[in-house]
Amino acid sequence: MSDAGAGRPADEKTPGEGAPDLGNEPADTTNTVTETIDEIPMGGVPEPGATPTVDTGEERTHLTDMPEETADRDAHGGDAGTTGISNNKLAMWLFLGSECLLFGGLISTYMLYRGRHSGSLGPDQIYDLPFTSVSSFVLLMSSLTMVLAVSSVARGDIRNTKLWLCITALLGATFVGGQVYEFTTFYREGLGFTTSLFSSSFYTLTGFHGVHVTVGIIMLLALVGMVSRDRVTGDRSEVVELVGLYWHFVDIVWIVIFTLVYLIPA
Amino acid sequence: MSTSVSEHQHPSRGEDLAADEFGEHHHGATDKQYIIIALILAAITAGEVSISYIDVGPLFLPALLIMMVAKFVTVVSYFMHLKFDNRIFTFLFYLGLSLAVFVYCVALATFQFFSR
Amino acid sequence: MAIIERPVPATVAGPVAPTVTPSSSLGVFRRPVTSSGWTSWVFTVDHKKIGIMYGVSAMVFFLVGGIEALLIRAQLAAADGTVLTADVYNQMFTMHATSMVFLFAMPMAAAFGNYFLPLQLGARDVAFPRINAFGFWSFLFGAIFINTSWILGGAADGGWFMYAPNSGVPFSPTNGIDMWAVGLVITGIASQTGAINLIVTALNMRTRGMSLMRMPVFTWMILVVQFLLLFAIPVITVALTLLIFQRQFGATFFSVDAGADPLLWQHLFWIFGHPEVYILVLPSFGIISEVLPVFSRKPLFGYPFVVFSGAAIGFVGWGVWAHHMFASGLGPVSVAVFSVSTMVIAVPTGVKIINWTLTMWGGKLVFSTAMLFAIGLVVQFTIGGLSGVTHSVAPSDTQQTDTYYIVAHFHYVLFGGAVLSFFAGFYYWWPKVFGKCLSERLGKWNFWLMIVGMNMTFGPMHITGLQGQPRRMYIWTEERAGEGFFNIAFWNRISSIGAFILAVGILLFLINVVYTHRRAPIAPLDPWDARTLEWMTTSPPKEHNFDSLPTVHALDEFFHRKYEDVGQGDEHDLRQVATAEEILAEQEANADHHIHLPSPSYWPIVLAFSLPIIGYGIVFERVIAIVGAVILVLAMFGWALEPSVADDSDYDPPEPEPGTGLATVGSTA
Repeated sequence: MSDAGAGRPADEKTPGEGAPDLGNEPADTTNTVTETIDEIPMGGVPEPGATPTVDTGEERTHLTDMPEETADRDAHGGDAGTTGISNNKLAMWLFLGSECLLFGGLISTYMLYRGRHSGSLGPDQIYDLPFTSVSSFVLLMSSLTMVLAVSSVARGDIRNTKLWLCITALLGATFVGGQVYEFTTFYREGLGFTTSLFSSSFYTLTGFHGVHVTVGIIMLLALVGMVSRDRVTGDRSEVVELVGLYWHFVDIVWIVIFTLVYLIPA
Repeated sequence: MSTSVSEHQHPSRGEDLAADEFGEHHHGATDKQYIIIALILAAITAGEVSISYIDVGPLFLPALLIMMVAKFVTVVSYFMHLKFDNRIFTFLFYLGLSLAVFVYCVALATFQFFSR
Repeated sequence: MAIIERPVPATVAGPVAPTVTPSSSLGVFRRPVTSSGWTSWVFTVDHKKIGIMYGVSAMVFFLVGGIEALLIRAQLAAADGTVLTADVYNQMFTMHATSMVFLFAMPMAAAFGNYFLPLQLGARDVAFPRINAFGFWSFLFGAIFINTSWILGGAADGGWFMYAPNSGVPFSPTNGIDMWAVGLVITGIASQTGAINLIVTALNMRTRGMSLMRMPVFTWMILVVQFLLLFAIPVITVALTLLIFQRQFGATFFSVDAGADPLLWQHLFWIFGHPEVYILVLPSFGIISEVLPVFSRKPLFGYPFVVFSGAAIGFVGWGVWAHHMFASGLGPVSVAVFSVSTMVIAVPTGVKIINWTLTMWGGKLVFSTAMLFAIGLVVQFTIGGLSGVTHSVAPSDTQQTDTYYIVAHFHYVLFGGAVLSFFAGFYYWWPKVFGKCLSERLGKWNFWLMIVGMNMTFGPMHITGLQGQPRRMYIWTEERAGEGFFNIAFWNRISSIGAFILAVGILLFLINVVYTHRRAPIAPLDPWDARTLEWMTTSPPKEHNFDSLPTVHALDEFFHRKYEDVGQGDEHDLRQVATAEEILAEQEANADHHIHLPSPSYWPIVLAFSLPIIGYGIVFERVIAIVGAVILVLAMFGWALEPSVADDSDYDPPEPEPGTGLATVGSTA
């Protein structure tokens, strides 16, 4: 505790004045505390005038960072200061965990409002199950092609990486195209965004999902570009895996939406 | 919670890719296995769609939900590699998922959604 | 995320100052690598500068919210007040709460968290420094965006919880609520990205030897808060999105005559809203868990209990939200369930109060200003917590809800909790951040005026609330005021006077800041004889924080480097073996030769700037939104393609003028 300059080396920059005088008792250089409560006597204060030195004697072993300890940390994170996993991957999984709450909220809103419509334009009347099933199948297969792209880049197979990424983007675009077709069909049949609570909830939920897919497609195409310019090698190939995680997540959200929204009758 | 299990040391479960001397992030399924998994997923999807047309009585909803969860977990575990990666990812993702399912089911319950 | 290594001299006495010349980023724009002047703040990715900017911005909005509060209290000081009309009053209490919760408390916690989390972990920065900068600018632009509503037709006026259907266009036709909703989506993005950033930092960037159970309690609480933010922000994003779609696009999510259920909004809001109050208060618990041990000259009592109770509060906090809805018609089963869960959450909070009290018990207490604020928190928050327990009992809550009794409760826990802790943090950490200690004399006046003011303002609200004074009423009349001891006229006047006394107290803090800046001497390295790693740096810390990253052998590592326990058996006998100066000097002697720091960047602020543009577009003119979206996409690509550190050539001296004939030395373009 720095009180009124007691015990500080004289050549230090105005330590006493800078520290507030908190009315402490002065430094106690004799250690008389023997209770079991942790108390901190002010013992062992250096002589005034002494410059700070680093004493590497035994009693100071806590101070010294032993040279050996500054050697490379265990590459697999065995030093308890880190998990050993990639920052970017950890960030992506945290993000995906949070997205569960976003889509959960939209799905719950839909589930609450799915029955609130005029009799003729409800889920059972308007959904085209065969069409949507094909759409779902397309998206599911895009997950396969995505995983093949990740596996290709892990092998260093650039040509196939680009191929599978392109096919994934294409399948994703097909899915989005299918959604657009579906929405325009519903609209022509009289189901607009504001028609009923069911329609608002439906379009909001599937629209959010569609936007997520579109963002995914843009990322896939950007990846194709980066792979073409040879910027995705070695350590950096992780970015394909991360886009893959996002893509699969978008797919599993659809797995849930397809079942809860389309397959369960109102 | 400082589990420092690195991916490098994770048990391979006999599904490693062939011959990779670097040993990093190369466990998991082979390409062929991924294709099989995809076919299984497609089959489950077909199953889901068909029970919309076939009358299975009270089994409909449970069967549908089980199939949905099966697809979900399969994609997450295999395609997203969660099964083979550090357990921290599994913990974090399923934490978010469980929280979502919990709060939204409780909220829906207050609307008597489950008692119809 | 290792970056380029810039060779650094073996002993680093001061900040390494690279020279100015920027070079290309995307071949068009140059990297902004200055180390001084306004550009070094606007384009910084340094967590310390970002922390300071968060703190300054938060303080500004604290004053904004405070002025809004003083106007409310001026209106309610007498019967039939004429200071504010009913309409303006609605805007005033809505914006007071919005400013305090979203634009003051959350960013102030972000300020402390951003500044001290890396330092307490023994790291040099956060995991994603550019995202960190982006988060700050998004917050600031979102905050300004919301406040421009005052001059663009009127601010939001539906209360900070914005209940539907009152939030709909028929009841609130101005753009205030739209701007409120869009603005909060923007600030939510800031919180969300910050959460991911700090979680990864805490999990992955601790220094050698720092296991999770050796992290300081402040770091632990910030970590729990980031998880709460991570999962709660998406929920309010859903609610705000539905509200925006309702108001802007004609959706009927909350229109009763279209068959909607207004409770949907309440659930979505409070599923976010309850974790939000723990987001507001847990950082505070963390701050005083640092301050109390230092000024009690004792370690924190029951560290594992404090950590686990913090995590428990974060976890159980997800199961109590409908206690904000006891009077909404949920039905007896739901009400009973949430009543019980709310009682449960009092337990871990009580554990903390006990641990803090036992930390002080038997300690050699030093009543510095920081300590006064910390003790103040323990007392004031306990009072707020006790009224909270009365709310958990649903039948009594049914009388209390929507009255000033609730206002009393949450001001005791928020002001007595969050605000007092921030001031404790200011007085404690000011020397570390700014190199000088705030004046203790002014500090004591600051503290006592705030305590007197606070209790005068919010104490009487327990009484007026139980007497039935409703919330959000712009006026009260003599004939409703009651008589005798419970005359709300008397107590309202006391509250209003108290609010102005509080304001004077806060003004004293600002005076203290200016006085300290002008007159105070340089502070010693370790003025409080502290315990944690952030005190093992210069004051302020160098840009790279630590010359050599410390190895941690125990909780309260810094303390154990200064003091050795030479007691026998059960007895503790602590002897000082080193001073802070010696420890720092040793660190400098072992300085790393190559220090990895990411470079400043334009993209975070550019990307952040696109968000309010999109916002104005959504609310006013859709074309503007398209422009904003284009900027957003371009900024994202620019950012993604930019390496996290600038080229070496960015740090070279400027090229001499062509034709001067001087050789260019040292350029590596």
